[in-house]
Amino acid sequence: MCAMTSAQRVFTTLSHQEPDRVPLALNLVLRGARELGLSIRDYFSDPANVVEAQLRLQQRFRSDVLFGFFHAALEYEAWGGEVVFTEDGPPNSGAPVLGSHQPLSSLRLPELAASKGLLKVLQAIEAMKARVGDEVPILGVAVSPYSLPVLQLGFDRYIELLLGDRAEFWTLMEQNIAFCQSWANAQLAAGASAIVYFDPLASPTLVPRSLYQDTGFQVAQRTFAGLKGPTVTLLASGRSLGVLDDLAATGTLGVGVSCDEDLAQIKAACRGRLCVIGNLNGLAMVDWSPAEAERQVKAALAQAGPGGGFILCDTHGEIPWWVPDDTLMALGEAVQTWGRYPLVGAEAHA
Amino acid sequence: MEARTLRFEAALLSMDRVLCRSLLQEAMGEERQLEGIEHLLGPALAHIGDRWEAGELALTQVYMGGRICEDLLADLCPTSSTPVAGGPRIGVGVLLDQHQLGKRIVASSLRSCGFQVLDYGQGLEPLELARLARKDQVPILMVSVLMLNSALRLRELREALGEGPERPRLVVGGAPFRFNPRLWQEVGADAVGQTGVDAVAIAQRLLEESCAP
Repeated sequence: MCAMTSAQRVFTTLSHQEPDRVPLALNLVLRGARELGLSIRDYFSDPANVVEAQLRLQQRFRSDVLFGFFHAALEYEAWGGEVVFTEDGPPNSGAPVLGSHQPLSSLRLPELAASKGLLKVLQAIEAMKARVGDEVPILGVAVSPYSLPVLQLGFDRYIELLLGDRAEFWTLMEQNIAFCQSWANAQLAAGASAIVYFDPLASPTLVPRSLYQDTGFQVAQRTFAGLKGPTVTLLASGRSLGVLDDLAATGTLGVGVSCDEDLAQIKAACRGRLCVIGNLNGLAMVDWSPAEAERQVKAALAQAGPGGGFILCDTHGEIPWWVPDDTLMALGEAVQTWGRYPLVGAEAHA
Repeated sequence: MEARTLRFEAALLSMDRVLCRSLLQEAMGEERQLEGIEHLLGPALAHIGDRWEAGELALTQVYMGGRICEDLLADLCPTSSTPVAGGPRIGVGVLLDQHQLGKRIVASSLRSCGFQVLDYGQGLEPLELARLARKDQVPILMVSVLMLNSALRLRELREALGEGPERPRLVVGGAPFRFNPRLWQEVGADAVGQTGVDAVAIAQRLLEESCAP
């Protein structure tokens, strides 16, 4: 088979056919600061930094996608939160936007035009698109309306709202759905090929399926109905098996799966309807040797690669700062060596 | 598990506070108060934690189970003369991060099983948390983290806790430890909890070890 562009490779596998090889998706956004010798705060202060570093890293580590993403805390900031920067990790959200005694009615729907951080992301996506055209897919990221309240209210208060006051819950969701649609569509308009819908609370690790079906599932359906492009859903390392039918019914194209799960079982359950994205353990990767990285890639390819519909990725959606370059190089090499269709070599070596 | 404990667990999972209260009152009436609590709450919460770890339950259920137990105890054992208030003291806190769900589950589970909890809050710097634990002379300090870079800074906390028999034992938990099983040893912790409700069994074990000759 002739070599494909990254975009052809990714979209072929999303349509459940075998491309020339398994696509590799590495979110290396944080590593860009190190690449340019900048502090993480300075790095994110100028979208040109992110564009330059991400293009370099995408080529060096042979990733098939670019992430037009800075950090999830930017959405929290748009709602009024205060971002906390560190020297060696993703910018983090500070205290919940609402204090414990502040009513939900005090939340104000942000205007994108007034959210400087989000505008920088849009500038970065536009600049990436200008550089790579249609060769490399650019993924935008939006925190789901259903999971965003963890940052707006705090997890404990949100659980009690979710379980105790469904009317207030839906009032909050109305605002969050409007924001998510606006933010995701702005990224698509800037040049993103698809949206990563970051929805940890869809996972039965965090919320029982029956509750998800009554709440987050409906939120996803309503949100997606207003989006002008495709989505894949990431569950942030949470388990997916119990909700695969529901996720498929939302219309999302793919699902990020946990390293706690049997990849072959997940692939069998997803075949033909959801692309499987995963499931290398990003936290354990910190300690992997290049040989271990190759072994892990082979095992994943053997379990989920056959038939297409599989993108090799870490389980969380962002490579930690502390993962060595040699390990990432080995990942890219292993996909080049063992990820070509048909996957006889990977299966034999797994 | 005993039939009553299984019924209590089922009532917790369905958030049937009336039935939970009734079963707890029944247990406290038949046994001495603390034993009644220990025989019902501890095993039920531990089993819920095990089932979460096995992928059978969701974290929201673990959290609500702990909250209901905590509320029941506050209602049924409201004064400082109860055995619950006189139990061993455990410090809890969140290092650097703001997400405190794990800490709340830990605190609820400990309180439900007779421990006194000193809640140091969240977003804490390593040296600040070490100072608080040493000042209060807690035998055990339980620390939750969300991010890997926060977990790695537990080394600073461990160093600041010092050495010797009076040093607070350091117990860690949070997502980085679930996905990297060696990390707790690398940061110098004395124990790791895979779920918030593991806190009870770990605290009991460490306290027994500290009393051993």
